[in-house]
Amino acid sequence: MDYKTDRNRVQGLGSAHHGAGHWWAQRISSVALVPLTLLFLFPFAHALGQTHADVRAIYGNLWNALVAVLFLAVGFWHLAQGLQVVIEDYVPQKATRTALLLLNSLLCGALAVAGILAVAKMAFGV
Amino acid sequence: MADVNRGNRPLSPHLQIYRKQITAVLSILHRLTGIGLTLGAVLLVWWLTAAATGADYFAVVDGLLTSWLGLLVLTGSLWALWFHALNGLRHLVWDTGRGFDLTTVTRSGWAVVGGSVVLTLLTMIVM
Repeated sequence: MDYKTDRNRVQGLGSAHHGAGHWWAQRISSVALVPLTLLFLFPFAHALGQTHADVRAIYGNLWNALVAVLFLAVGFWHLAQGLQVVIEDYVPQKATRTALLLLNSLLCGALAVAGILAVAKMAFGV
Repeated sequence: MADVNRGNRPLSPHLQIYRKQITAVLSILHRLTGIGLTLGAVLLVWWLTAAATGADYFAVVDGLLTSWLGLLVLTGSLWALWFHALNGLRHLVWDTGRGFDLTTVTRSGWAVVGGSVVLTLLTMIVM
């Protein structure tokens, strides 16, 4: 849902250089994480401390793997959104802030991919 | 403005003087738990990639995470997760425009604090 006026859309951002898009995206990720966290947490808490073979078996189950992949994707998206706001709030110097925001997006993305790849590997039994 | 030089003049004390309120404390705690969960997220990915890599490497990582220090960190992360989730729900309710009167804010705040502790203990018992 785009809360921009025609002019905002053309210019790319609102006059505050900050649109309502981020606000709404945070709500989306938050709501999605309510069921995803619960569904992910219990198999994970059970798997922690089990043997390697058992852990692979747990994430070999397609349902557990699906929940894990979704949890990682939405979770790291939510983490990136949250850290973005923290960086914007506490870093006034533009160069440092830009670098940190870039690093934030890249690292959260990379970690998400790493986690998803690991789950996929176990899900496909390789 | 953080980059302005204010010289050597004394500042008026605020955090040391003003009484801590449930609203402000839970607000900053929501942010702090969110930031703290970055560590939990990294540990989770580390554990998953270790499980997908092989038994030897998994034994190392799993051993670290289930050591007393690892379990301490995981318990803290679990509490942070529950707190952040419950307070997050509180935020979502506020987004609908409800619950802003002082009584509700105070009650829901204490419910989040108590609930996070209870749910942490429950999860630890069930797992």
